[in-house]
Amino acid sequence: MDYWRWTESAWKDPDVPDWRGAMVTAGVDIGSTSTQAVILLDGKLYAYANMRTGSNSPNSALEAMNRAMEGTGLTLEDLRFTVGTGYGRVNVPFAHKSVTEITCHARGANYLYGPTVRTILDMGGQDCKAIGCDAKGAVTSFMMNDKCAAGTGRGMEVIANLLAVPVEEIGPLSLSIDGEPEPVSSVCVIFAKTAATGLMRAGWSKEKVLAAYCLAMAIRVVRLLERNGVEEDFAITGGIAKNSGVVRRIERLLGITALKTDLDTQIAGALGGALIAGDLLRKRQASGKG
Amino acid sequence: MIAHYGFEDGSGVFYITIDTGKCARCEDRGCAGGCPEGLFALEPDDEDIPVAGIREQARNALKAACAACKPLERRPALLPCQKSCGLEAITHSW
Ligand code: SF4
Ligand code: SF4
Repeated sequence: MDYWRWTESAWKDPDVPDWRGAMVTAGVDIGSTSTQAVILLDGKLYAYANMRTGSNSPNSALEAMNRAMEGTGLTLEDLRFTVGTGYGRVNVPFAHKSVTEITCHARGANYLYGPTVRTILDMGGQDCKAIGCDAKGAVTSFMMNDKCAAGTGRGMEVIANLLAVPVEEIGPLSLSIDGEPEPVSSVCVIFAKTAATGLMRAGWSKEKVLAAYCLAMAIRVVRLLERNGVEEDFAITGGIAKNSGVVRRIERLLGITALKTDLDTQIAGALGGALIAGDLLRKRQASGKG
Repeated sequence: MIAHYGFEDGSGVFYITIDTGKCARCEDRGCAGGCPEGLFALEPDDEDIPVAGIREQARNALKAACAACKPLERRPALLPCQKSCGLEAITHSW
C-alpha cells in the first residue's frame, strides 16, 4: 500500500450553468509534488483540479487543466488569460505569463480566507513559506525554508511510509493520545526516520510517535513564522493545512486559531494566478491590447 | 516588501534580507555587480519593476557563499553587497 498517497480533487461550481459570456481566466501552479489548475469566471471561482505532479511539468499542467475543464465544455482556447506559477511556472505551455508563487499564494489566500488575512503559512511539498500580506493580498514580507523536507508534505509522506499509516490519518491519530510527548529531536527526514524507529523500539505507540513528529514540525514552522512576523488573521495553505495534527499544534504554539475554508487549501497558488490573470487582462483591455 | 532569503539549520540562521521597496526607487542597482559571488539577481516585482533578490540556486548555500566576505577576524563594517547598495536595503542575519 502507498501510505503517502494523498487524495486528488476536482470541483466545479454547481450553480453556474454556463460560462459563455463571462471573462474566463486561469491559473496553474506546478509544484514539486502537486499541480493545481483553477478557472475563474469574471473573477469568481468556477472550477479547479488538484493532482500529483508527473515526471513532465508541461504534461502535468495540461492534465490538471483538462481535469478542471472536464464537464464544462471549456477548451484551452476559451481561457482568455492564464498565469503559470510554482517551481515549474515557466513550463506551462498555454500560460500567457509566469508570476512567482509567493505573489500568487498571498493573492489566493486573500480570496480563500478574506481580506483580513495578514499572515499566511504555506506548507508545500518541498518547502515552507511564511508570508505577510495586506488587505488586497499584496505581499509585504516573506521568508522561506526549502533547505530540507522538514515541515513539508514530503517529510510527512516519508513518516507515513515509515510507520505504515495513510498520510491523511496522521493528523487525527496524532491527536488521539492523552497529553503531548516531547517533540522528536529533529524533523530532518533522515534523522526523524532514525528517531522514529528508535522510539517504536522503545515501546512508543505509532500515535505517540506521530504526535512527537507533528509537534516537532509545528515548532519548526512557528520559528519561521515568528522570524517573519505574525499578525492576525492567520491562515495556512498547502497540503499540510489538511493535517489537523500539525495545524492544531501550530495554533496552540502561536495562541492563534487559523482561519478555515471548505475549499481545497492546495489551490491558493493557482487561484492567485487566475486572479492576477484577470488583473492583467483588464489592464491589457484598458490599454487597447486585450 | 521585506524579503528574507536563506535558511536555518543546526549551525545557525543564515538569511539575507532585502527591503525591495527601496529597490523600486534605486537608480544604479549596484548590488547586481557588487557581490563577488554574483548572488544578487534583479527580478520584476508585482508592478513589473526590477527589484533585487537572491538567485534561487544560491539560497540554500549562503553560509558557504558569503564565508570569504566574513572573516572571523577583522570583518569589515560593511560587506561588499552592503557597500554596493546606496539605499541600505541589504542586511544579513549572521
Ligand atoms: S542596490 Fe540596493 S536598493 Fe538598489 S536594487 Fe540593489 S538592493 Fe535594491
Ligand atoms: S557577503 Fe559577500 S558573498 Fe555574501 S552577499 Fe554580500 S557580497 Fe555577496
